[in-house]
Amino acid sequence: MDTQLIGIGFIYLLTILLAIPLGKYIARVYRGEHTMLDPALNPVEKLVYKICRITPGREMNWKQHLGALLTINMMWFVWGMVLLVTQKGWFWNPAEIANMSPDLAFNTVISFVVNCNLQHYSGESSLTYWSQLGFITFMQFVSAGTGMAACAVIFRAIKTKQSEKLGNFYRLFVRSCVHILLPLAIVVGSLLALNGSPVTWEGYDTITTLEGHQQTVAKGPAAAEIAIKQLGTNGGGFFGANSSVPFENPNYITNIAETMSLILIPMGMVFAFGYYTEKRKLAWIFFAVMTVGYLALTTLAVYGEMEGNPAIAQMGVSQELGSMEGTETRFGPAASALWATATTSTSNGSVNSMHDSLMPLGGMATLTGMFINANYGGVGVGFINFYVFVIVAIFIAGLMVGRTPEFLGKKVEAKEMKIATIVVLLHPAVILVGTAISAWLITHNPDWGWLNNAGFHGFSEMLYEFSSATANNGSGFEGLGDNTPWWNIATGVALLLGRYVPIIGPIAIAGLLANKQFIPETAGTLKADTATFGVVLFAVIVVIAALAFLPALVLGPIGEYFMLY
Amino acid sequence: MKNELLKSFLLSVVLLGLFAFGYPFLIKGVAMLGTSHNGEGEVIKVNDQVVGYELIGQRFTSDRYFNSRPGGYDAAGTGGSNKGPMDPDYLETVQTRIDSILAQNPDITKEDIPTDMVTASGSDLDRHFSPQAAYMQIPRISKVRDISEDRLRELVNNHVEGPLLGFLGPNERVHVLRLNIALDELDNQ
Repeated sequence: MDTQLIGIGFIYLLTILLAIPLGKYIARVYRGEHTMLDPALNPVEKLVYKICRITPGREMNWKQHLGALLTINMMWFVWGMVLLVTQKGWFWNPAEIANMSPDLAFNTVISFVVNCNLQHYSGESSLTYWSQLGFITFMQFVSAGTGMAACAVIFRAIKTKQSEKLGNFYRLFVRSCVHILLPLAIVVGSLLALNGSPVTWEGYDTITTLEGHQQTVAKGPAAAEIAIKQLGTNGGGFFGANSSVPFENPNYITNIAETMSLILIPMGMVFAFGYYTEKRKLAWIFFAVMTVGYLALTTLAVYGEMEGNPAIAQMGVSQELGSMEGTETRFGPAASALWATATTSTSNGSVNSMHDSLMPLGGMATLTGMFINANYGGVGVGFINFYVFVIVAIFIAGLMVGRTPEFLGKKVEAKEMKIATIVVLLHPAVILVGTAISAWLITHNPDWGWLNNAGFHGFSEMLYEFSSATANNGSGFEGLGDNTPWWNIATGVALLLGRYVPIIGPIAIAGLLANKQFIPETAGTLKADTATFGVVLFAVIVVIAALAFLPALVLGPIGEYFMLY
Repeated sequence: MKNELLKSFLLSVVLLGLFAFGYPFLIKGVAMLGTSHNGEGEVIKVNDQVVGYELIGQRFTSDRYFNSRPGGYDAAGTGGSNKGPMDPDYLETVQTRIDSILAQNPDITKEDIPTDMVTASGSDLDRHFSPQAAYMQIPRISKVRDISEDRLRELVNNHVEGPLLGFLGPNERVHVLRLNIALDELDNQ
């Protein structure tokens, strides 16, 4: 069998094997039970509480949770704006990088605060090392921690029988950062450093190559940032071309570790849900639904990339190696395609090949991953998005069999459904309206010259950008000339809507449900932990993603596919 | 509210210290203990002269060396072409690459060209190419350097790297800079 296929099968299966114990560990962390790492990490956690005057035992209701979450997010926004527009004057700037323009800084700061990491700049030439660590790396930890804390609030709300009290936000947030993200980042960061990824505060190095050219090599404290970028579904790379750059992803070993890091915590959160709420069978149903969706998209992408480009085959060049434009030899097309669907399904957005050069099937798979945004999904927020689909599916299933829709002993009523509908419909609305306005603007002002590709593919570039921003993904069809005021501001707004509405809505739903009276299970209860419900849930996801986005896909990758073949 | 603001502020400052200083310094420590290059990036030397970084690919375009994949190999401004598979400008570029390879290597035909030699990598810094990419350049290098094709074929074969542990990942590839350094050594013997 093809070693490339064995390679990606190995990566995927190993991730599942690790995600199960990780899920157990995460559940223990949120429940406050003893874990193996406590002796090392508890002192750090306690010190943080002491300095910050936090009482971790103080219970909050869902509104207080959201208040704390939004307040601290706002603080990070201010910090980011201050740092990036004045970065030249701070320390750790050996390459003498200039200050960032305000509109680019606005986009960058929002994008990192919301855990998206859309990058309209190139790291090695636009950020100082202090900006890379003091804002980018910092945000990659804390924005991931924010999403995980929000998810933990929902776990708690689902588990609780009838109460307003849903734990302490600061405690859930600090424990996410210190007990989950930090130890994993140390492991992955060390592995990267040992495989040759640089960790240095020296500036550019200029060498003379064997053939006599001058080559300027950008370096930096990269290994540290890359680890958390992968783990926290952040995706914002140290260098412009992200994990395709050898310093970010030196070899196949690091590629295994980085690909696994993309989906490890998102998968782990699903199992954590099962352990935390003691609904392990339901967690497996959720996992199965996500996996069917994920594997379908991955199969499409891998097949498309390994087949190669028929247009080049027509010129007489064999496509035995697969599609190699934008692809690194050390990874090959299969591992690039696996990464492409993993990074778009999880809202990570880092890349190890150029998505703009994906074949149409790969382009369609990556776009669809972002449309659904819950096949494992972002750390914490992926499960939250999935929870909204669950609520909708419960409601529809209830209507179908003529029963009151109930989820785990709580009645789902009009108020919750209104919120769920808004959250579910907002996603396609922002993406499609944004893309439509952009398409109108560029057809009426062709001299603005955003597009790097003609025809269907040019449309895909714009569709991809809005999907990436709204899904808080951060990858791009990077040919798009996106560092312009329109793209910086429009996607900035999409980023905000795409982050906070899907956090606020589900927490509100969970909070409302938690405070309702618990109804014990009877023979008439619609059971969620069955294969039948899994099928309904999958169908709901397909219908919402497919019906809303199919016309756009036809104008983009599907049209391109039929032109090419 | 004021209380929450103060908490948020303090928490941000403390975590900034942990994640922007403590954590990266720890990884630096690992690099200093566990690598020979202290986390500065491993370099390759010839006669005590640095000729490149182990991980970073280089541009080779002359007749005397095995040419690398197309690209500018700018290690301070990474990125790919970002061209879709059927963009007309892109396909014209590919055709130009085919033509110039055939002009530079008159002894081969189109069928001998592997696709990695007419497409650019994502990082623009790919240090590898496929073994076929090396084989198709042997007749030219043999003439320029006056080394027999058999010896060059043996040289290339000695530099082919297999999949990880023999079964994981892409089949075969060659580190271009190391191959060219070995080529110079072979020539000097």
